[in-house]
Amino acid sequence: MTDVNASPRYVVSTHTRASQITATAAVAIFVVLVFLPFFAGRGLIQDMFFILTMLVLAQFWNLLAGYGGMVSIGQQAFVGMGAYAMFGGVILAGMDPIPAILLGGIAALIVAIPTAFFAFRLQGPYFAIGTWVIAEVMRLVMAQVQALGGGTGTSLPRAATREMWATEWIAELFDVRNSAARDILTYWLALALAAATIAATYALLRSKRGLALSAVRDNPEAAKSVGVDAGRMKWFVFLTSAFGTGLAGALIYVQKARVSPDAAFSVTDWTAYVLFIVIIGGIGTIEGPIVGVIIFFLLQSLLADYGSWYLFTLGIIGIVVMLFAPRGIWGLITDKTGIQLFPVRRRLSGGKLDTIKN
Amino acid sequence: MIWVDTIVQGILLGGLYALFAAGLSLVFGIMRLVNLAHGDFIVMAAYLILVLVTLLGLSPFLAAAIAAPAMYLTGWLLQKHLLNRTLGTDILPPLLVTFGLSIALQNALLEGFSADSQRLPTGAISTASIDLGIVNVGVLPLLTFGSAVAVIVGLNQLFYRTELGRAFRATSDDATTASLMGIRPSNIFAKAMAIAMLVVTLAALYLGMRSNFDPSIGPARLIYAFQAVIIGGLGSLWGTLAGGIIIGLSQTIGAAINPEWQILAGHVAFLLVLLVRPRGLFPRAVD
Repeated sequence: MTDVNASPRYVVSTHTRASQITATAAVAIFVVLVFLPFFAGRGLIQDMFFILTMLVLAQFWNLLAGYGGMVSIGQQAFVGMGAYAMFGGVILAGMDPIPAILLGGIAALIVAIPTAFFAFRLQGPYFAIGTWVIAEVMRLVMAQVQALGGGTGTSLPRAATREMWATEWIAELFDVRNSAARDILTYWLALALAAATIAATYALLRSKRGLALSAVRDNPEAAKSVGVDAGRMKWFVFLTSAFGTGLAGALIYVQKARVSPDAAFSVTDWTAYVLFIVIIGGIGTIEGPIVGVIIFFLLQSLLADYGSWYLFTLGIIGIVVMLFAPRGIWGLITDKTGIQLFPVRRRLSGGKLDTIKN
Repeated sequence: MIWVDTIVQGILLGGLYALFAAGLSLVFGIMRLVNLAHGDFIVMAAYLILVLVTLLGLSPFLAAAIAAPAMYLTGWLLQKHLLNRTLGTDILPPLLVTFGLSIALQNALLEGFSADSQRLPTGAISTASIDLGIVNVGVLPLLTFGSAVAVIVGLNQLFYRTELGRAFRATSDDATTASLMGIRPSNIFAKAMAIAMLVVTLAALYLGMRSNFDPSIGPARLIYAFQAVIIGGLGSLWGTLAGGIIIGLSQTIGAAINPEWQILAGHVAFLLVLLVRPRGLFPRAVD
């Protein structure tokens, strides 16, 4: 027997009109950015490289702190290990720098396991400083590795950078010198990494796992009671974030071509900046770091001549945003307009809901 | 003989670290706030003392006595008007606000005093030493250690013997109920931070007399302080002293083996304690 009053099916969806427009716009922007080297100068390409790599670091810190609830001040550990593993692959194993980037990600992933083991023993704010201590340990240990330059650091061998994969092809295609070709290559890789990071984060947040993640962040006890393994989620997020941060670190240092422990494990460059980008843009959203990195870049260009006042201003802006707009600039925009470019909220439609509305 | 000397030096260095840590421990114990700018406040206080010494030609001790009320007031205002707004169940605001404060403070000091290292003039005291038979002990390290013990005794007395201490403990246990009893938590928190700043001033005095300082060294002092607190166990002031001594000892022993291992040895000792006793050696508080 069939129910004559059978309602049409309920549908759970996360799409909105804004998100559909975003998807189209994102593809268009991506295509434009891919072709950017054809009409942009070397300076712009280098700036874009900086923006994109900072964006990747910001997205991974956001995943860790904004979604995973783990406020780390030790992300420089993974940038540094990624960079050093890449250098190790090139200098000690004679690898090409481009595949060695992957080695950087893997190395960061491997050191993240003992890091998590120690850091997870510390709660809340102490977790934050704990990750910092572990990053310091890695810096001091890497300074002892004489094969990679010890405390003063080292450069990528000339031969390795000149014969890097695809640079010759790019140099011919654009008719530029080898060093400019290297910038274009690293820019493309940064673009690919940033796009993949955003796409993967968005996919994760829309998946069952993403729902579990938000549940753990919002209320660990309630999440556990409906069968979410909170401990496993923490590990998953921490390791993913370390891997991505390590890849970005290795890529950044392929472009820099020179590494030293103090630079590669710098808390200011790889954690403070990233933190401010996420906070100012809006923590716990994908849009936040994108907005944040643009503001960060503008501020940096604007205040570049003022030396340490720049960092001072950044610190103060961070405090003001945290106090008066804790969800950042993107949070303010969403509150005013309701726009979400990457919506993850599941909305129920169809079925009786539509009948009620009518 | 050299080893006895190293160990004694390590224990005395631990006194300095305990002074760094006591303020952090106090603030965390009462309001569960981890002040990431703690190290930078120590450096700021050291510069304040330096300015008073240079401008007025005072001895560092007298200058610290004048700096102390100013730091007390700074701490009170900071907590009352800034940090109290960040307290709550979310750990993000206090962490990020104090981190922002740390970055801002470091760079303001850099702008004001340049990156040159400074040192407080100490006169005869820095070279004076006492012969204890087996080892010679510097008067200044001994004084530092004695001050650390005095601070911890004093804070314990304050906590367990005075009305303010009772208010501290009550607010720490349950701020809502405490406020029903006529205690205003925001004022209690402000007082706690102010008292922590007094300890910070004392720590700055000994830091400045013992070694060079520049605007960038704050975060490392925060890390030593943090390690001492965690090793000792949260909420235990005597534990903090023990933690400071363990860090001081490991650093001096590490440095005796290889000068480059000094800092690393301290970190390794911290990680080892974390491995064996995740809640520290003398845990009191649940969190």
